Amino acid sequence: MKSEWPLWEIFIRSQHGLAHRHVGSLHAADAEMAIKNARDVYTRRNEGVSIWVVKSADITASSPGDREVLFEPAASKIYRHPTFFPMPEDVKHL
Amino acid sequence: MNDSLFEYLLRLGDNDVVLAQRLGEWVGHGPVIEEDIALTNVGLDLLGQGRMWLTYAGEVEGEGRCEDDLAFLRDAPAFRNVQLVELPNGDFAATMARQFYFDRAHLLLLTALARSADPRVAEIAAKASREVAYHAERSADWVIRLGDGTEESHSRMQTALDKLWPYTGELFAADAVDLALVEAGTAPDPRTLREPWLASVEAVLAEGKLETPRGEWMQGARRGGGRQGVHTEHLGHMLAEMQFLQRAYPGAQW
Repeated sequence: MKSEWPLWEIFIRSQHGLAHRHVGSLHAADAEMAIKNARDVYTRRNEGVSIWVVKSADITASSPGDREVLFEPAASKIYRHPTFFPMPEDVKHL
Repeated sequence: MNDSLFEYLLRLGDNDVVLAQRLGEWVGHGPVIEEDIALTNVGLDLLGQGRMWLTYAGEVEGEGRCEDDLAFLRDAPAFRNVQLVELPNGDFAATMARQFYFDRAHLLLLTALARSADPRVAEIAAKASREVAYHAERSADWVIRLGDGTEESHSRMQTALDKLWPYTGELFAADAVDLALVEAGTAPDPRTLREPWLASVEAVLAEGKLETPRGEWMQGARRGGGRQGVHTEHLGHMLAEMQFLQRAYPGAQW
């Protein structure tokens, strides 16, 4: 019998308008319990307005070994980076 | 001073403080770290509520006693909490069963107190009831999970529910203090809360495939119990630990 609860990845939206951010992971028997546990573990200090939970096993990750193939070609193409625009100071969350 | 109001506020505050202390005993002993944090969160919510009630109690008494004086410098017979909350934690099922019985009654009481004629009582109750709504959801969740879990978890939960049942009568008993507050429009008649409490308890237990205990005899309900200062032998031991620092080093601050 498997006695360990599955691992869940926790995403919290800290305020309206922002995207959910990964904040950490925890163990729970099911999604409902994961939400409750996330509330207690990660939002005790008023951090959030919304919680997402995803089973860690359901996340497919890129392999660290593929890093060069996947990401290096982008590094030399500076024209793809929007670094040539001045950023207005008043615009938040850009 | 208003003796009845003072007594009543002690009852509210002591329930919170004593249960908070019991939940605090789980620190480092929870079945998983997530539960360890959750249990103590509930405890801290209750401690915050207890502080508000005891601060108000001290003001009503008018003898200059603050929340700390009331929490740390009274002996067991001066405490006014129901016996249910002072009982030892037992196993996790017993802790959750106690919490479940208490949370359901607590939520009904605070909801009614939020409409109190005393504005300060109404204000504290309204704030506290939002926290307690979450406590009630969480403890019901555990009762259902353990009840409808394995054979072992079911039997532990049923045993805990049966054992704690006789301590639930006190939550709905009315004495002269209660009646004086009903008269003043400050508090609801506790007897009117029993029926909705029982209905919500039965619904949760049925979902958890658990039997609602049927015993009629209730600890301390008729002749007086914790609310009148008559406690189990467990409270004194608990207070010895809780109050040790203030007793050994009077006035010590952190």
